[in-house]
Amino acid sequence: MKHIAEENLKQILDRQNRRATLCVILLAVIVLLLGCGMLMFGNTNYSMAEVWSYLLGKGSGSGAYAIGSVRLPKLVVGGLAGFAFGVSGYTFQSLLRNPLASPDIIGVTAGSSAAAVFCILILGISGAVASGFAVVAGLGVTGVILLLSGRGKAFGSRMILIGIGFQAMLNALISWMLLKGSEYDVGTALRWLRGSLNSVQMSDVPVTLVVTVITAGLLFYCNRYLQMMQLGDEYATALGVPIQETRICCLLAALILSATATSVTGPIASVAFLSGPIAGRIAPGSRKTMALSGLVGVILVYGAELVSKNVFSTSYPVGVITGLLGAPYLLLLLLNLNKKGEKSA
Amino acid sequence: MSSLAIQHSFGAKNISTGYEEKLILKDLNMEIPAGKFSVIIGPNGCGKSTLLKSFARLLQPKQGNVLLDGKSIYELPTQLLARHIGLLPQSPTVPAGITVADLVARGRFPYQTMFGQLKKEDYEAIAMAMDAMGVSELADQPVDSLSGGQRQRVWIALVLAQDTDILLLDEPTTYLDIAYQVEILDCLAALNRMKQTTIVAILHDINLSIRYADHIFAMKKGNLVAEGNPKEIITPELMREIYGMESTILTDPQTGDPYVIPRSVVK
Repeated sequence: MKHIAEENLKQILDRQNRRATLCVILLAVIVLLLGCGMLMFGNTNYSMAEVWSYLLGKGSGSGAYAIGSVRLPKLVVGGLAGFAFGVSGYTFQSLLRNPLASPDIIGVTAGSSAAAVFCILILGISGAVASGFAVVAGLGVTGVILLLSGRGKAFGSRMILIGIGFQAMLNALISWMLLKGSEYDVGTALRWLRGSLNSVQMSDVPVTLVVTVITAGLLFYCNRYLQMMQLGDEYATALGVPIQETRICCLLAALILSATATSVTGPIASVAFLSGPIAGRIAPGSRKTMALSGLVGVILVYGAELVSKNVFSTSYPVGVITGLLGAPYLLLLLLNLNKKGEKSA
Repeated sequence: MSSLAIQHSFGAKNISTGYEEKLILKDLNMEIPAGKFSVIIGPNGCGKSTLLKSFARLLQPKQGNVLLDGKSIYELPTQLLARHIGLLPQSPTVPAGITVADLVARGRFPYQTMFGQLKKEDYEAIAMAMDAMGVSELADQPVDSLSGGQRQRVWIALVLAQDTDILLLDEPTTYLDIAYQVEILDCLAALNRMKQTTIVAILHDINLSIRYADHIFAMKKGNLVAEGNPKEIITPELMREIYGMESTILTDPQTGDPYVIPRSVVK
């Protein structure tokens, strides 16, 4: 029997850890660069020095307005929303052990979005109340989906299918409310169906920031349990993980996180769905996948926003671009699942 | 991992349990002999797995209790219990991209604190578990690239790294070829001898059960039918009773153990 020296073992375990840490740093740098890009480029381009002086409140005029009141809120809210969608998507996917189980596929964000539309367009309320309402609606929709999914073996698949049905229904409801509220301009509609940063304001920041810090913090705290639950419920229980408590706590936190982001930006298409799998590819088998997912979410939102504002002559909402990325991945995933199904059949 | 296992009194006291409405175990009593290698045998659906799940706190009994040193396992803190009782479940899932070393390291979870890094004793336990299961060469390989037999040894290394006094194994040798089966059972027997770890395994192969078990529990329809030393309890009558099968029983010329030759199923 070959003996493994503890030093070697330590090296092997550390190597993977270091690699993941390096990935986190690398993604953070990309976020920083894209963030600078968000402030610098747009209808009018500004140099970093100009941006800096506007941020410090030294300049005035159209530049100060463009950066302080348009681009800065987009940067902050977009970043928070991207992070929120990335982390909550990863949490859903790993809790339900299914790449399709992200909140934007199973109708959770659509529920929040419908509630936000109802508040803002029909009742004329926005801000914290609308966010609160969006959270409650997201919880409600999830509750109904869970209830309808029943129990037993195919629970996960049933939940996803029912969720997809709910999403279609809720999107129809959103369209209907937009028509009723006689606000059916394409911009607003796309915001609530696909997600957009075009109408975010600095006043959206406090609620989004506080909720994101608290719920994401809770998820990062539970991450060590989530990692163990990847081994299956039986191993996790036998290794001392309180799986029921972890599951409920994480689902609630992820739900509140994605619902709050949705109430501000709309359900930015595919960010929650894509971030986890991309993060998983970057650092396979790592315990830092949750943090990586959040960063990937920010990068997707920033990248899509930059592309939409600078590449096309029409400035599309960010969700249209991210949605374009999501569609082929969904197809690929379904094709692969189908192949797997054929093999095991 | 070098220290001897603590000898606990452990067993089921009048437990009845099952899934939803259906009761699978009915008022079952079982005392696991401390420091021994026990094997549970019985036909499919007799409640072996259900019983092991109850022992590992995966399934709460509807009545009765599972007691560890006289205390209900449901009243002990989960992390503490995970240092006493380990389980190898039947179908664990491999996290995508995880390496062998990282997977085995997860067995140290019950000893870690919130931000706890692995300590010296953790590395020791992981290394010893990997050596014992012969997977040290594979340390930096991704688990999803391994063969079925290698993978099963990695999973067992995980529960060995957990370093519990009691080890429950649900069909540890299923889907493995005969050489792998013997190899894995030899490892478990060695662990039982060296550390006096209490082992409870569900096995399907009756002759391997006889060869490795100090103590056999024979179950049928949610009840314990017989228990004891395999030399004493394995008889054609018992085989007929639990499996409904006629058999001839020979004696292993080397060990003197009974050897069951199945004949025909009683209709």
